[in-house]
Amino acid sequence: MSDSPAIANGALVADHHEHPAYLRHHFNSTEQQADTTNFAMWLFLLTEIMFFGGLFTAYLIFRNWYYPAFVAASHQLNIFWGTANTAVLISSSFTMAMGVWSAEMRKKGTLVLCLVLTFVLGLIFLGIKTIEYSEKIEKHHVPGFHYSLQSFINPASDPEIYKEYHDKPMALDMARHTELYFFLYFAMTGMHALHMIIGIAILGFMIFRARAGAYTTGHVTFVENFGLYWHFVDIIWIFLFPLLYLISRHQ
Amino acid sequence: MSEQTGHEAHAEAAHGEHEHHVTPPIVYVIIFATLLVFTALTVGASYIEMGIFNPIVALAIGVVKATLVVLFFMGVKYSTKLTKLTVFAGLFTFLVLIGMTLADYISRAWGRW
Repeated sequence: MSDSPAIANGALVADHHEHPAYLRHHFNSTEQQADTTNFAMWLFLLTEIMFFGGLFTAYLIFRNWYYPAFVAASHQLNIFWGTANTAVLISSSFTMAMGVWSAEMRKKGTLVLCLVLTFVLGLIFLGIKTIEYSEKIEKHHVPGFHYSLQSFINPASDPEIYKEYHDKPMALDMARHTELYFFLYFAMTGMHALHMIIGIAILGFMIFRARAGAYTTGHVTFVENFGLYWHFVDIIWIFLFPLLYLISRHQ
Repeated sequence: MSEQTGHEAHAEAAHGEHEHHVTPPIVYVIIFATLLVFTALTVGASYIEMGIFNPIVALAIGVVKATLVVLFFMGVKYSTKLTKLTVFAGLFTFLVLIGMTLADYISRAWGRW
């Protein structure tokens, strides 16, 4: 089969002993090494998809059970910040893709610039998330930490908050089920934000390495695989955004 | 047909000789712009009353966006058959798991939803 070129190339490689320093000895060729790491990275991402899949499934079931409460709770989210964050994250995916291209073209300056832009856009995303989270804390909408049914049943009971948001009062059974929505909201966006924080930390490390010229000598595996991780985090948000923010906005 | 297959095999072999496929920046720019347009579309669509089709449209747009990211940003379109198979197998397993879980929930409370 032609889809295992590494085996065919093995004979070629064995003929001459010169090879790049980054080629490990248990691989026949740099290409086999690159394909193997790419495969392994995808296996890791599949476990991540399954992990987030559990959260998405829980969300779908409860959304079907308590649809009106989920609509009401969803309308508590700020659609402007949600849309802005989607744009920020897509932009960061674009700068990351350009970073991979720069590494492949061995352009050190452009690579560092792209990584820094991705880093900054990631921080902007977390900044906007902080604004949204602090509004939820202020309004007592954080289940298990800072949650008050009263804030849904009788929003006017807190005059300062009411002055700012003018939320409509909800029936008790409806208000109770918004707790489930907000639990899922914080579990899903929180887990997503944790992935962002880990990604940003690795980006910081990569910026230093890239400045030292680590990724612009032909060995782009690390940048490429980090790119896969970053795009994966973007994909999770691509589904979180319509599911959490955009339920029946026309109502 | 056999000529076609022969040609593909040749292209595959030629691809194998290359170090690496490099996606040109213009592709990334086009995908980036398309993703932003679809984001605007999905926000707009949520304000239009479409009944049962609201979540379907929202998820369909999400799937299109995710597919563009996977194929071009993540470069699966230009990767090895092994990677393509891995991605597809993962997606398939994911859909089976979600589908069977939801089928269980729907069938247990039959008529009460």
